[in-house]
Amino acid sequence: MNLARYRFVLIRPLQLLPVLLGISIITFVLVRSIPGDPARVLLGARSTPDAIQKIRAQFGLDEPIWVQYLYFLKNLLNGDLGKSLLYKIDALPLIASRIEPTLMLVLGSVLLALLIAVPLAILAARNKGGWTDNLIRLFTTAGLGLPAFWLGLMLILLFSVHWGLFPVSGYGRTWADKMHHLVLPCLTIALALSAVLVRNLRASILLEMQADHVTAARARGLGEGALLRRHILPNSMVPTINLLAVNIGWLISGTVVIESLFSLPGIGQLLVRGIFTRDYMVVQGVAMVLACATVAVNFIADVATTALDPRVKIQ
Amino acid sequence: MSHSPSPTLSLRWRLGWNLRNGRLTLYCGLAIVLGWCLLALCAPWIAPFDPLMQNGELRLAAPSLAHPFGTDNFGRDVLSRVIWGARTDLQMALIGVIFPFLLGTCIGAISGYIGGLLDNACMRLIDIVLAFPFLVLMLAIMAILGPGLGSFYIAMALVGWVSYARLIRSQILVLKESDFALAARSLGFSHRRTLFGHLLPNALFGSVVFCMSDAVLVLLNGAAVSYLGLGVQPPTPEWGSMVAEGQSFITSAWWICTFPGLAVVTLAMGFSLLADGVAERLGDRS
Amino acid sequence: MSTPLLQVRELSVIARNGPREITLVERLSFDLGQGEILGLVGESGSGKTLACRALMRLLPSPNLRIEGKSVHLAGHDLLQLDEAGMRRLRGRELGMIFQNPSSHLDPLMRIGEQIAEGIRLHQGASRREARAEAIEVLRQVGIPDPKARVDNYPHEFSGGMRQRAMIAVALGCNPKVLIADEPTTALDVTVQAQILRLLLELRDRRGLSMILISHDLGVVAQTCDSIAVMYAGRLCEHGAKHQLLAHPRHPYSAGLLACHPAAQRQVRLMTTIAGQPPLLDALPPGCRFEPRCAQALPLCREQLPELRESGPGHRLACHTPLLAAGLS
Repeated sequence: MNLARYRFVLIRPLQLLPVLLGISIITFVLVRSIPGDPARVLLGARSTPDAIQKIRAQFGLDEPIWVQYLYFLKNLLNGDLGKSLLYKIDALPLIASRIEPTLMLVLGSVLLALLIAVPLAILAARNKGGWTDNLIRLFTTAGLGLPAFWLGLMLILLFSVHWGLFPVSGYGRTWADKMHHLVLPCLTIALALSAVLVRNLRASILLEMQADHVTAARARGLGEGALLRRHILPNSMVPTINLLAVNIGWLISGTVVIESLFSLPGIGQLLVRGIFTRDYMVVQGVAMVLACATVAVNFIADVATTALDPRVKIQ
Repeated sequence: MSHSPSPTLSLRWRLGWNLRNGRLTLYCGLAIVLGWCLLALCAPWIAPFDPLMQNGELRLAAPSLAHPFGTDNFGRDVLSRVIWGARTDLQMALIGVIFPFLLGTCIGAISGYIGGLLDNACMRLIDIVLAFPFLVLMLAIMAILGPGLGSFYIAMALVGWVSYARLIRSQILVLKESDFALAARSLGFSHRRTLFGHLLPNALFGSVVFCMSDAVLVLLNGAAVSYLGLGVQPPTPEWGSMVAEGQSFITSAWWICTFPGLAVVTLAMGFSLLADGVAERLGDRS
Repeated sequence: MSTPLLQVRELSVIARNGPREITLVERLSFDLGQGEILGLVGESGSGKTLACRALMRLLPSPNLRIEGKSVHLAGHDLLQLDEAGMRRLRGRELGMIFQNPSSHLDPLMRIGEQIAEGIRLHQGASRREARAEAIEVLRQVGIPDPKARVDNYPHEFSGGMRQRAMIAVALGCNPKVLIADEPTTALDVTVQAQILRLLLELRDRRGLSMILISHDLGVVAQTCDSIAVMYAGRLCEHGAKHQLLAHPRHPYSAGLLACHPAAQRQVRLMTTIAGQPPLLDALPPGCRFEPRCAQALPLCREQLPELRESGPGHRLACHTPLLAAGLS
């Protein structure tokens, strides 16, 4: 095993520090751009001149802006993202308690999308130019243009209202119940995501089918099935993993809408509710957590690519 | 001097070339988009009813000859609202693309042309903005600006410029080293004239093509933001918010949210077919 | 030599280009005996690679089509077999190695696994047996420390090692005939000699028959028993190596030999054959070499010379052959 190739696992997080710092600056700027006095905003309805004075001193709001940022950073490092006005508890534990549904939603969608995309891409590549290929192409074009909130509603109409197979909204208590509730939300995102994946996977499968090493394997007497399984698919999965990582931001954006639609108690729903209730600390916290998650996913994708492709060396 | 020393592409010429050699994809996309534009322009004459007119006696009426798309919970004609909604949504897609395009092009061009520390800083900024999930950052900005179309445009510009900046910058970096850039400089042209007169027109083409596929994303984003209740405010007809209004009646009146959604799908497909067609024509050419 | 191992009769490869059909390889016929190494020589584009791809029935494009009388190998007619039957023969009877070892090995698969793949497929070996066999094959092709190297990926090998690995992958299937398509072109000269020596060794040890495609007469001269010269999709001369090298009878073979740097040590300027090979979609009606041929007669312009027996074990397609010194 060549462990030296994985050295970046230790080094990369250090290189990511500037990006993380940048994320904190942007969220800080966001919160500071809220119109009006931050202390008044923080206190909401309870703002008496006394309390405002106290908050101003407590958060160092009288200090110059860069000192304020340092305070903000210090609180951040202590895991203090401020208090939620609506829920009256610290924002960080509030966000943490909402991570599970979102995580399940993202994982489920990716899994489902791969289950849909891989067979379709193979089918399309095999029948390149045929009517199957064109049909699948139509599906991908439509999939890219489907608004997630509407697709979700149509699925509800079909699966829940018409056939009564899945619940309309909410999130269960037991695991089985949760899975049952997650099917439709995951399917909604997966349909759109698989449209993106099919296009790229089809292209890379077509490219790999022409590859010299596949010809060589064919000259060894391998059948089409074995060729696909052992040589073509592994080689075309590498760019697909990267594509997934690139699209993670888009995927998370999708969960925000889908969680609101299906009333899943996830981070996205928290964000939308926070915006409507002017719960700025929560909005800021969610934005920061999701940005960090995006960075983390890209890092994980790098590790996965390295594990999959022995040639890759990440600096 | 009538022609510049650069092989300045005439954008109109190139597009014209592609249209002449266009394929089904391109024509379909163009037909759909133009069709919607026509509907939007002629909305006052085509729409059978006033999109805002409420009719207490005709609440939640199923599709019929008089109301092909049915009526909503206020008794408003859904068909007329969909047609009028085209105005809002097309405007959203158009302006939502133009703002990021202008901002991104300027930043990318200047960053790539000047290089050095400024370029470095710009690239870092782009990295950071890209770290945020698109919609999340947009929503966070809109949370501060408050709901409305205006804040949607501002948020769109603040978040969307990065793709254009990256595209333009990489083009400018290549073009900067090319012979005609040196020729322009050696003719004594100012930096501004070299950059905006000679380099930028040549770098622009890729991002103009990207605009078309970006329009799909902007449209979907705009509809999603309105669906969440942060974009276009009722009672203005807009497809995303119409879907949101119809959601509560999904079990009894499926038509309220189905038809506006279909409108989004067709327009988005039109844009993506258009983008595909243009990209395909270009791919064939090069 | 009794019945040859491989018997090719009138093999053609035809390309369809819209309504027009272009014959890229025309009625190729030759025999290959047990343990024989046949050198297939010609300029690039003369159809030598395509002919061998046609033998494997692995044409690079769906627009290409094979025609011919028969290709007999190990009791089968390859032209009559269905795809499944052909698949059973590929690798086991007919192995192939390629010009560029870097691109013809799967970058994501360990070398050992790629060798084992063929062994398991054709010999039904278990995973463990196949691995042991793979190590053995790697040792046979001269890879040092095969036990460790078996788990390496292609990119961890040097160019010459990669070519050895590719030979090992083909040998793992234990073929009777090995087609080597420019196996040394991508390698530097010292490695080239090593690989050629390895091929000769394998012939001696395993009784392997080979078709060696090359544009380099030096390579062919070092290794082959017989040489076939192709020009514009047709075979123009085929004979034993020594006879053909010493006394080429086709003006094109003679020209090729004269162009080889080793043949012209005294001459200052490199000799070349004037002109270009004809375009295959605009062939002259007569001999294809006629426009470039110094010996051409009016007959050459009108009539295409057929490939005929011109001596024991020697075939020739020319109206105006050079004098055969050996025969007089």
